[in-house]
Amino acid sequence: MKRIPASIAVLVLGAAAVLLADNTLSINGAGATFPFPMYSKWFDEYHKKNPNLAINYQSIGSGGGIKQVTEGTVDFGATDGPMSDEQLKAYQDKHGSGILHFPTVLGAVVPTYNIPGVNASLNFTPEALAGIFLGKITKWNDPAIAGANKDVNLPANDIVVVHRADGSGTTYCWTDYLSKVSDEWKNKVGKGTSVSWPVGLGGKGSEGVTGTVKNTPNSITYVELIYAEANKIPYGSVKNADGVFVRASLAGVTAAAAAAAKEMPDDFRVSITNVKGKGAYPISTFTWLLIPAKFSDNAKRDAIKGFVAWMLADGQNFAEALSYARLPNEVVAKEKKALANIQ
Amino acid sequence: MATSSTTLPSAGPAAGSRSFLSRLRDGDEVARLITFLFAATVVLMTLLLVFELWQGSVLPRHKFGLAFFRTSTWDPVEEQFGAIPFIYGTLVTASVALLIAVPLGIGAAIFLAELAPPRISDTLEFFIDLLAAVPSVIYGILGVFIVVPLMRQYIDPALKSVLGFLPLFQGPAYGVGFLTAGIVLAIMVIPFIISVSREVLLSVPRDQREAALALGATRWESTWKVVVPFARSGILGSIFLALARALGETMAVAMVIGNDPKISASLFAPGYSIAAVIANELAEATSELHTQSLIELGLVLFLLTFILNGLARVLIVVTSQRGAGSATA
Amino acid sequence: MNSRLRWRKFVSGFMLTLTGVCAVVSVLALFLILGYLVVRGGASINWAFFTRLPAPVGEIGGGMANAIVGSGKLLLLATLFGVPIGFLGAIYLAEFSGHKMAFLVRYSADLLNGVPSIVIGVFAYTVAVLPFKQFSTLAGGFALGLMMIPITLRSTEDFLRSVPNNLREGAMALGASKWKMIATVIVPAAYRGILTAVLLAFARVAGETAPLIFTALGNTFWSPGWTQPTSSLPVTIYNYALSPYEDWHRQAWAGGLVLLVLILLINIIARGILARGISVSRS
Repeated sequence: MKRIPASIAVLVLGAAAVLLADNTLSINGAGATFPFPMYSKWFDEYHKKNPNLAINYQSIGSGGGIKQVTEGTVDFGATDGPMSDEQLKAYQDKHGSGILHFPTVLGAVVPTYNIPGVNASLNFTPEALAGIFLGKITKWNDPAIAGANKDVNLPANDIVVVHRADGSGTTYCWTDYLSKVSDEWKNKVGKGTSVSWPVGLGGKGSEGVTGTVKNTPNSITYVELIYAEANKIPYGSVKNADGVFVRASLAGVTAAAAAAAKEMPDDFRVSITNVKGKGAYPISTFTWLLIPAKFSDNAKRDAIKGFVAWMLADGQNFAEALSYARLPNEVVAKEKKALANIQ
Repeated sequence: MATSSTTLPSAGPAAGSRSFLSRLRDGDEVARLITFLFAATVVLMTLLLVFELWQGSVLPRHKFGLAFFRTSTWDPVEEQFGAIPFIYGTLVTASVALLIAVPLGIGAAIFLAELAPPRISDTLEFFIDLLAAVPSVIYGILGVFIVVPLMRQYIDPALKSVLGFLPLFQGPAYGVGFLTAGIVLAIMVIPFIISVSREVLLSVPRDQREAALALGATRWESTWKVVVPFARSGILGSIFLALARALGETMAVAMVIGNDPKISASLFAPGYSIAAVIANELAEATSELHTQSLIELGLVLFLLTFILNGLARVLIVVTSQRGAGSATA
Repeated sequence: MNSRLRWRKFVSGFMLTLTGVCAVVSVLALFLILGYLVVRGGASINWAFFTRLPAPVGEIGGGMANAIVGSGKLLLLATLFGVPIGFLGAIYLAEFSGHKMAFLVRYSADLLNGVPSIVIGVFAYTVAVLPFKQFSTLAGGFALGLMMIPITLRSTEDFLRSVPNNLREGAMALGASKWKMIATVIVPAAYRGILTAVLLAFARVAGETAPLIFTALGNTFWSPGWTQPTSSLPVTIYNYALSPYEDWHRQAWAGGLVLLVLILLINIIARGILARGISVSRS
């Protein structure tokens, strides 16, 4: 009697092992939610071209990407907040070799909101954004906001701030920007993938904050452009370093990256928030893959290098349809050379 | 056959009367050893778990010590971690849950144990047991898609207009927050209160009721003033069980509590619970101190549920023993 | 009948009706939950849901095939890990052990049972993921199996103990060795209860999400073998529900319906087995 369930178990196990342990090479990556729509499309396309290679990317947040790749539990990571020197050293100490940043695309972090009756794209000054997220500006019709939006009827409702609850590169970019434009923010909160927020609800992942804003009237959050666009939520323009209100667009992001492209450091870690430049969108960022410099598994190494090469060429063609900006040509050329550093 | 050089004392009816050799020959010693190993695995796993929790939280324990429980900042940038907002959130949501679930649950248990005919009682209990089996993530999606909008659009404003003079119901209402999490938890723990309370009420000996009725009490009086007090410890035990479940609940709470590590007097405000912050932050806490602070929170949660479960069991056993002892009197 | 008595009778009737209302409200919750899931999820359940892999973000038409299979594999591992330990451990407790060891084992099992599932997840991450530098189905199965142990152990022990002693004595009188007696007489006599316990433990862990987030992680493709991360039904439902995409919400409801129906069915079957079993053994 007991033999029957046991033999069924063995049969199922055996069948499962046979059916599913095919010769697919599985590579696991985890990290940023910011570029997840892009990566999700890329890995799907790449799998179609290479059916024996399955690159599984889990969007758990940039903080998660950095941590798990440092722990070695995933083969590569992804982040929009570049690893700090301490984090790089921690990786080096743990693995005996380094980890490399490879920019993949550029994106914009937009202030997106849900104000009943307001569908227009609002103009946000840096002071307004800092004030809202510091909790000092609490109503939508506050002069700091209304002043820049004279022809919009803003209600006297309480602002519901929504931020990321998980470790996020989008948070890194946003707080990096706020630290540059607001001394109070810089001293009180600082920048990082995870900060101590003065106010607000926490949502998990770009997906979570977008969902929360979509469902919560009078709310505002910061999220990658595609999330606002795909979900048809209004997003505002931000005043850039030249004093012009710029609405996030591929052109604006590309303009922000132009200066950086020429002076790209060898390790590709660079901040492009609040840069001067004609039409530059002030809250732009690169997003990076974190790839170990040394692989013990040659098959995985070659697969990843193959993917990056494809990503720098054909992959870039998919970016604009998903509202991510292509990498500048100088950066692409530099990255192709840097691929040789992966051993 | 295994050669065991130590003679294990054997339990069971024919204890010392068979020689070690004969037990060995029949394979009993092997069976004993094998089953012992499996049983020991249970103990070892538990010890390992406690050990890992303790070891894994060594950094914050040394760095913050007891200040961990007096600090309310949770700042990964400054590496300052305190447990208060999470303990607060966990306790507040659990309290709200119990405030709602206990009256409903005990009421339902009384109905099922005292009033309902056995078939109806068993049928309803069957459904209640099914309710207890609904997984947490399902409560989570119902919370996110149904309860939160309901709270935000109807219930929070209603509460605010009626009870807004209390600090509990002031401030902006987002739909997520302590109150919503408490309500979702209440639905989750009611089945536990009902099942256990119903059982302890059923175990109260009949003569208690009959004596009360004989003395002229109404049905309700006999129930409320005699039977329930008799089963008091067991019912309290069921409440502790429900509380332990509510404290440890992760997914449903994480989806509706608002994820803001702040203490607030208002139930409308967003908060955070221990389980929710661990779920959100563990996979990505980049600094060792951050990770270990989360593990220390896990240790705290473990200790809380451990104590509650222990108390619950004692209370439930006490009631059934009272019932058994009294019945034989 | 004086007025005081009338008042007391009124209170009695009122309060007892109130308790009835409490009971109905509590049970109503179950039907509301089922109802919502059926309505919102039922429309989304189609062949694609069961057979297709997730589509890239924002594209519609994907399914949860890998999540369903992933859950199946995880639960299989959990059962293979948790049930033998619980079952054999219970045999030790019921048939072999002395008092001190029995207390220790039962206490540990109760402790393990009360551990919040997120803490089990943390533990499994520390011992089954980090040392191997790998998120895997095995780690997820380990976490879930840990949760199955206490339920299986305590219930099996109860049912083994409830087998009347005369069966034991009869077997011994016929010269059976202890383990033979256990295997051929006691366990078969208690098998209904044991099966029920296993099924209930299975249903309990089938819906668990928290232990899987740090162990099995997730997978956008099929998870080959047992040492790669895998998608699972509860975790996918969780992720989709929190996303802003309508299509994913739809799938979350559908997944929730599938999961709930599965769990409820197992519970009903388990209780059915037990109910029939009790009437058999009492005769």
